Amino acid sequence: MNKADLINKLAEKKGLSYKIAKIAVDTIIESIKRAIINGERVEIRGFGSFSPRHYGAYTGRNPKTGEKVQVKPKRLPYFKVGKELRDLIMESKKD
Amino acid sequence: MTKADIINDLYERLGYSKRECANIVESLFDIIKEALSRGENVKISGFGNFVLRDKKERKGRNPKTGEEMIISKRRVLNFKLSQVLKEAMNQK
Repeated sequence: MNKADLINKLAEKKGLSYKIAKIAVDTIIESIKRAIINGERVEIRGFGSFSPRHYGAYTGRNPKTGEKVQVKPKRLPYFKVGKELRDLIMESKKD
Repeated sequence: MTKADIINDLYERLGYSKRECANIVESLFDIIKEALSRGENVKISGFGNFVLRDKKERKGRNPKTGEEMIISKRRVLNFKLSQVLKEAMNQK
């Protein structure tokens, strides 16, 4: 499922035009993106949370060539699945 | 940031009532949840991908008691950030 599918589903479910549903999806994603870029923690009840993680610099290797590469320190959000969603996913695996 | 902030941003953008905006936000997450619980990955370009992975049954240990136990096969959810967003977060 991709963004266009999400927009179509949302339009269908809420009786919105494609245009409005697209604005809604884009606005919601933008809000979350902005918070993540700002280093904020984002918590969505029943779904999951994104929390900022810092990773230090290290010397890695290009797995193809074996060449050494310096990896710069970076920030990445860590996604933790919410309990409700985790249970839904586990249930689906059972059958 | 919580759902209330997301709802507020949508309210400012759409001008619909807070209640309708809350409804839309809730529906969007429900749609994503439904897809994932059907076993479908969800890809949001410019943001990231929610990817399901099936883990085999394996042996593990209870870290508290040291007791050996079987960890049942399971499905887990990973989030992979988009390259574009990764770069936006790490530009200096």
